[in-house]
Amino acid sequence: MPGETSAGGRDSPAFTTRGLTKVYGEGPAAVHALRGVDLEIPRGEMVVLLGPSGSGKSTLLNIIGGLDRPTAGTALFQGQDLTAMTDAHLTRYRRDHVGFVFQFYNLMPSLTAHENVELVTEIARDPMEPDEALALVGLHARADHFPAELSGGEQQRVAIARAVAKRPTVLFCDEPTGALDSTTGRAVLGVLRDVNETLGATVLIVTHAAATAGLADQVVHFADGRIRAVETNATKLSPDDIAW
Amino acid sequence: MRPLDRKLLRDLWRIKGQAIAIGAVIAVGVLLLVMMTGLVTSLDETRRTYYERYRLADVFAPLTRAPDRVMTELAAIPGVAAAEGRVAGGALIDLPGADLPLQAQAVSLPDFGAPRVNDVYLTDGRRLDPDRADEILLLTSFARAQGLRPGDTLSATMKGARRTFRVVGLAQSPEFLYTTPPGELAPDDARFGVIWMSRTALAAAYDMEGAFNEALLSLGPRANAAAVRAAVDRLLAPYGGQGAYGLEDHVSNRFVSEEIAGLRTTTTVVPPIFLAVAAFLLTIVISRMVQAEREQIGLLKAFGYSNLAVTVHYFKMILAIATAGALAGCLLGVAAGRSMVEFYLTFFKFPFLVFQTDPAAFVLGVLVSVLAASAGGLVVLRGVFALTPATAMRPPTPPNYARAGRIAAGLGAWLDQPSRMVLRRITRQPGRMAGAVVGIAAGLALCAGLLSILDSFNRVMDITFDLADRSDVTVTFVEAQGDKTILELQRLPGVIAVEPMRVVPAVLRHGLNTYRGAVHGLVGAPRLNRALDQDSRPIRLREEGVILAVALADILEIAPGDALTVDVREGRQPLLDLPVIGIAETLVGAPAYMEIGALNRALREPHRVSGAVLRIDTASGPAIYRTLKDMPAVAGVSLKAQARDAVQSLIDSGAGAQRFVMAGLAFVITFGVVYNAARIAQAERTRDIASLRVLGFTRGEAAFVLLGELAVVTLAALPLGLALGALLATGLAEGFSTDLYQIPALYSARACGVAVLAVLTAALASGWLVKRDLDRVDLVSALKTRE
Ligand SMILES: Nc1ncnc2c1ncn2[C@@H]1O[C@H](COP(=O)(O)OP(=O)(O)O)[C@@H](O)[C@H]1O
Ligand SMILES: [Mg+2]
Repeated sequence: MPGETSAGGRDSPAFTTRGLTKVYGEGPAAVHALRGVDLEIPRGEMVVLLGPSGSGKSTLLNIIGGLDRPTAGTALFQGQDLTAMTDAHLTRYRRDHVGFVFQFYNLMPSLTAHENVELVTEIARDPMEPDEALALVGLHARADHFPAELSGGEQQRVAIARAVAKRPTVLFCDEPTGALDSTTGRAVLGVLRDVNETLGATVLIVTHAAATAGLADQVVHFADGRIRAVETNATKLSPDDIAW
Repeated sequence: MRPLDRKLLRDLWRIKGQAIAIGAVIAVGVLLLVMMTGLVTSLDETRRTYYERYRLADVFAPLTRAPDRVMTELAAIPGVAAAEGRVAGGALIDLPGADLPLQAQAVSLPDFGAPRVNDVYLTDGRRLDPDRADEILLLTSFARAQGLRPGDTLSATMKGARRTFRVVGLAQSPEFLYTTPPGELAPDDARFGVIWMSRTALAAAYDMEGAFNEALLSLGPRANAAAVRAAVDRLLAPYGGQGAYGLEDHVSNRFVSEEIAGLRTTTTVVPPIFLAVAAFLLTIVISRMVQAEREQIGLLKAFGYSNLAVTVHYFKMILAIATAGALAGCLLGVAAGRSMVEFYLTFFKFPFLVFQTDPAAFVLGVLVSVLAASAGGLVVLRGVFALTPATAMRPPTPPNYARAGRIAAGLGAWLDQPSRMVLRRITRQPGRMAGAVVGIAAGLALCAGLLSILDSFNRVMDITFDLADRSDVTVTFVEAQGDKTILELQRLPGVIAVEPMRVVPAVLRHGLNTYRGAVHGLVGAPRLNRALDQDSRPIRLREEGVILAVALADILEIAPGDALTVDVREGRQPLLDLPVIGIAETLVGAPAYMEIGALNRALREPHRVSGAVLRIDTASGPAIYRTLKDMPAVAGVSLKAQARDAVQSLIDSGAGAQRFVMAGLAFVITFGVVYNAARIAQAERTRDIASLRVLGFTRGEAAFVLLGELAVVTLAALPLGLALGALLATGLAEGFSTDLYQIPALYSARACGVAVLAVLTAALASGWLVKRDLDRVDLVSALKTRE
């Protein structure tokens, strides 16, 4: 990314937001999804964003993930203002740094699991082999299956493999375990922790399940488009230890 | 292979049914364009080559009689490349077993060697032996139609003397591509013959030893045709020259040119309409196809694919369909054009074929397809790129439901839930629905317009042969007779009514426009052979002026009140200036009508008739024909039934034959349009329908959401389509009219009915195909995969 070192510096946090606001629609029908969010996320941390449905978590994730633009406020990635970037610039940011795991998996239905991963590794700078990524989520054996032939949990794991395969700088996971049973859910969380620890990626997990919070370095409590509280865990739990 | 390309192939495979339907529509548009332009180019080129190879004359100069030495003077006129004098005359062929004598033209060939101008193409047998006066060549098409072969004998009357000839060969000539019995409009191979004889033998038969009565000239490349004709006229004036005329006025060539011109007009009018409809449809379909990919586009963007990369990906898909369709259209067009040309070869009697395609048609066809598809794709892609990836990945926004909800609220009281879903979708996406409505309407318009053309052709036949001409038989005399001949005819047993005619050849002029035709002298208030006005009411001929057929008025660009110059080419050849007093809705041919007494006065030949029309008692037909055959004054007898058949076969095999092909293609397009509309709607609604099914709606109820939409769109398209069809019918009528026949622009209820039925059938069939697929949909996977 151009200007990476000069503008930010090595010690700037992964993300800094100031007064981040997002309003959908206009007039009386306007929805205030974010009402001024100030947040700092250090590099390499595992952060859980906790809050009720409709509180604006996905909106925040979309903005700092370069998928959407705020109505007001700034969002910095390693010291660079995402809100000032051109579309082409944002595209490079997503391509080079960001891994996404979407709430609804969003796999390409006409591509196999392997090909869905390949779709991302093909344009990444330093990707893993798609098979390696699939092995990480324990789906090596089902690489040639189409999304329609996979269960919800398996699709979610493909989505994770797809997100981590590029060795992202930051990994965003929107309700990654929302549709999963406890065993699969724990396995998925385990993968996310490994990515955080072995790849050193900053990981942001959105969830409304409070139990997941035990995994995080930092837990951000969200409600009604605002941050209610931020707590830091002294000791992180392992996925196997959290109550489902 | 790259994953995006793999996605492309799989997506194409998944939508193969629809891709084929889209491809077929564009293919039909391109096919028609390539076929028609190829046909016209090939016929033009074949004709040119045929004329050139057999040295068809550029100038024809008939005269009474001139000594051979005059030929040297003609050949010396500046600009003349080659000249040939010949003897030509009328003859009657008497075939055993035939009720009526057949008319023929006898033409001389040089005793030795091939003629310098107007050569013949020998198809069977051998050339003439100059030492044998009884040898003849016969026109191949006539011989075939009459079952005559080399070796047969034939008896013919020339200048009153009956002689027996031996057919030694059959020949064709570019001069006689179109052989029409005198007084008739359409060619009939069986009823007009051409006899070639050696010069000496034919000269003996017509008292033309050492003389000629027709000069044929071919011109050098930079000759001034008008100047040459004027020089010829000056030279031949003392010899009874009847006026030299160019190839463009030669009867056979004019007929061939008119037919090719008719095809060319049809080509410039009809295929572009088809192509435009296909292009419009392609734009709509592609835009909706890409619209359906919106979430996947958002996803690709979320991964960091650039706009360019995404655009390239979808353009591959769009171009695959559009170019495959266009290329299929080109290939099929060439194949269809080829067989079309073969079909016309026999019609035009060209002995060989020069098949040529028009590269411009390929380029245009492919370009239009690609541009139309690209436009549809680009508009949508631009719209999607304007959204942030986050918005693009969300299913298209529900908030607009509010508006639709209010509209539907009033109706809601008496609508069940699925009906409300149909209504909401239609009101929520008016642009999309309007596209589908216009597409189906265009298909309907094509069908209704072309079916109307079929009816218009039938109407031409009815007006011409039932309303205008109520006679049974037309008799042509060898030369103008005193009108007591009419009384003779009247006295024949079985003849119910007789009406005299005086037809004189003339060159008609108005301003710079000229037409070599004839003035038809008829009685003031004819009851058998009538001129009709626009409302099919008979026009009363008045003595002070002429009535012109519509086609003639068009060619001469003349209107009632204007003065027409009539350069009569018979008798004392007077030059008349006559006011045009009316236009007749004569649809076949281009005659000028005049009151017979006034015509005769102008010619200073009172009480003369050149023919008569008869109404007879059918039972006495054969007896009447036998009597007519033995009357020396009678040159030809034509039965209306035969003439009608000849015209019918002309319009069924000439340029008019295209109407069947095009009507067929209109149906193909219409089906493609409706089927596409159904398939796209299905693709857009699979998830909704699966959800309804999961909620406990039956298959039928769930499918209703989709089929109801199709029904509403189809019904909405009907009035619009019928209105567009009326416009189209007018344009098509123009396109199908030639100088030989005029196609009236009528818009028939029958055509509309059949077209509506076709659209409804297409809608039902598409609905059934879609429903069949819906029933097979695997609910779980439909819900699981977000497309
Ligand atoms: N594209 C959109 N248009 C309008 N409203 C939206 C849009 N996306 C989200 N919202 C609204 O913004 C609010 C926050 O949504 P979201 O960020 O998805 O919440 P969460 O992820 O915490 O459940 C919700 O009220 C939602 O309805
Ligand atoms: Mg959310």
